[in-house]
Amino acid sequence: MSESSISLPGGLPEAGTKEVSKGTSASVVEALQEWVITVDHKKLGVLYILYGLVMFAVAGIEVLLIRIQLAAPGNHVVSAQVFNRLFTMHGTTMIFFMVMPVVFGFGNYLMPLMLGVRDMAFPRLNAFSFWMTAFGGLLLYYSFLGGTGLQGAGTAPDVAWFAYAPLTERAFSRGHSTDFWALSLIVSGFGSIGTAVNFLATAFCLRCKGMKLFRMPLFVWLYIVTSALLILAVSPLTAAQVMLLIDRYLGGHFFDTQAGGSAVLWAHFFWIFGHPEVYVLVMPAFGMASEIIPVFSRKAIFGYAAMVAASVCIAFVSLSVWAHHMFTVGMSAPGNAFFALSTMIVGIPTGIKIFNWLATLWGGKIRFTVPMCFSLAFLFQFLIAGLTGIMLSVAPFNWQLHNSYFVVAHFHYVIVGAIVFMVFAGFYFWYPKVTGRLLNERLGKLHFWLFLIGFHLTFDFMHIPGILGMPRQIYTYEADRGWGPLNLVVSIGAFIQAAAVVIFVVNLLTSVFRGKLAGPDPWDAWTLEWTTSSPPPPYNFDVEPVVSSARPLWDLKHPEDPDSFNSGARS
Amino acid sequence: MNAFPMSVANLSSDAPLPYKGRLAMFVLIAAESAIFTIFVMAYIYYIGRSLSGPTPQQVLDVPILNTAFLLSSSLTIWLAERALARRAIDVFRAFWALTILFGAIFLFGTAREWYKLITVDGLTVSTNLFGTTYYSLVGLHALHVVVGLILLVAVFVLSVITKLRPQDTQRVQVLALYWHFVDCVWVVVFTVVYVIGR
Repeated sequence: MSESSISLPGGLPEAGTKEVSKGTSASVVEALQEWVITVDHKKLGVLYILYGLVMFAVAGIEVLLIRIQLAAPGNHVVSAQVFNRLFTMHGTTMIFFMVMPVVFGFGNYLMPLMLGVRDMAFPRLNAFSFWMTAFGGLLLYYSFLGGTGLQGAGTAPDVAWFAYAPLTERAFSRGHSTDFWALSLIVSGFGSIGTAVNFLATAFCLRCKGMKLFRMPLFVWLYIVTSALLILAVSPLTAAQVMLLIDRYLGGHFFDTQAGGSAVLWAHFFWIFGHPEVYVLVMPAFGMASEIIPVFSRKAIFGYAAMVAASVCIAFVSLSVWAHHMFTVGMSAPGNAFFALSTMIVGIPTGIKIFNWLATLWGGKIRFTVPMCFSLAFLFQFLIAGLTGIMLSVAPFNWQLHNSYFVVAHFHYVIVGAIVFMVFAGFYFWYPKVTGRLLNERLGKLHFWLFLIGFHLTFDFMHIPGILGMPRQIYTYEADRGWGPLNLVVSIGAFIQAAAVVIFVVNLLTSVFRGKLAGPDPWDAWTLEWTTSSPPPPYNFDVEPVVSSARPLWDLKHPEDPDSFNSGARS
Repeated sequence: MNAFPMSVANLSSDAPLPYKGRLAMFVLIAAESAIFTIFVMAYIYYIGRSLSGPTPQQVLDVPILNTAFLLSSSLTIWLAERALARRAIDVFRAFWALTILFGAIFLFGTAREWYKLITVDGLTVSTNLFGTTYYSLVGLHALHVVVGLILLVAVFVLSVITKLRPQDTQRVQVLALYWHFVDCVWVVVFTVVYVIGR
């Protein structure tokens, strides 16, 4: 037990507690109950992540069906109507019930540990937020059973994840499926807002001694930015969904074009949410990259303050770019120019971040562990995703490619190529902290290479049918269009990715029991979560840590060269 | 173990951390502001776009008295807060009750206005765009008043049946913050609905 945690200055000797679990059925029920009623940030973090993984599997199966349907021209594996439901559910699930819960889970688990405190600011609000998110997902999927309304029409929602008006009006979407869609997003939206409040209150009101704002790990900074965006982005979505429900249930006319309502207004409201949402998802990935890349380059992050400034800057700019999703609705020329330029400006702070990560790598002693491999792939793929994004921000170019597979390829490059890759890196990096055991390195490498190959087969080749004119959300296409072979490659890539994910899940499950014991600090890292035992005790730290630099564990390990001595720029 | 002595001089310069309830309420207010912004934008966008009557000019009266009551409640709650801070509990209860009364009068005024609109003018949510946006925006604000009143009453009951502890002062202040926000939003709603839109 003496090695189970690294004692901080002023820390007590190891307390040496370890709960004993018995294999009786009563203790199983007790353990389950404990997980249901828990307000502990670590357990809630794990619940978030498990919930996200289940939804990942569900939405993954949906997309495999989509890819089978599109693999060859004129396929009839699923009907057009089922196809519409599949892509609606795939998109909604992946955004709201896969990526968001998983990144919330990481934040919940790690933020108090990184800040050297014992829980989030509002533990019960935290539990409430999780169960709201979970309930939202159940509502969405209940539509498969309960979506058939009085008119006997509709099962799952089939209005696409952006649910453009007036398709969602009662006259065009019969039954209850669209209501389930709207309600599930309202409910999970409340959960998201609660989580954002909690993250912000924790970071600003609950830090250990000496943890000044500019000594916080960048991970925490990025979650602050994410939370601010959540507050400003999810609330408009909630408002728009309430309007939609007023239309559907009370006979309102917000988006009812026959009574003078505006379909474009919905598009504005949705994208006022929709674009910042992308940054809500990608900021946590930035945070993980900013923790993982330095540790495996054996260097402190380059340009800490510039990273913080760039993140805040991206958040601000991202609030004024939404209409670049809507160039084809026919805005005025100044409107087009404004949204094209503001979108391009995002490239500047983003470029600062990429160059800072590169400068962190430069001259470092790089260790190619699995999390580092995923991080490096993230860097490259995020760059490509950003570049196609700037292409699409050019209004005339966008008029050509709007709603084509080029757009689909672009945002999947962001969400899979950047966010999912970085989340995988996070799994390999922090799994030992959560379970006490390392993930299997060989399976991890296999997962990495398979997923990388599958990813590039799918999403590199998906750009081309888009340029050739293949629109998104069509359930099939004719053979003479020449899109067939490309779509076959895309579909093959999707199945390779699925195989890689199966390997990942097997690794997750088996390493709990058979993984190498990790100890408190398997990666020789620097932030506070690595000072406590793996898994951390319920109270996280025996004694509240005291820090005097951004890398407290480095100070401890290198008393001859502590950060806190040359911390003029960062104290 | 104590390999490296942490410089204690650094620690004394730690700024005290803000109260988490206050920060959380500010964040919540930011979220609420975003929600109201969307409803206000919709209202402004649809001014004069209704395809049929009645129009705001025909049916809306400016609720000056009502507004005066709601805005005064911001003052009374501030006086209550001050009284609580100096532990003058009776004064606190008096001003707090006055706040609840003013809020209730405002709500009653809105109810009367709606009753008149529905029964006399025949304006409902589904009548036209004006009805849809008017009831949504004013209703959203009224909903916030209702939530605020419930919380205010809860605090009042608590202050009667138990003794408010010194640490409750901060919590009461957080609730007061919410109430001020509800009043501020009314200024915006009033301007948009009864001044610009009429």
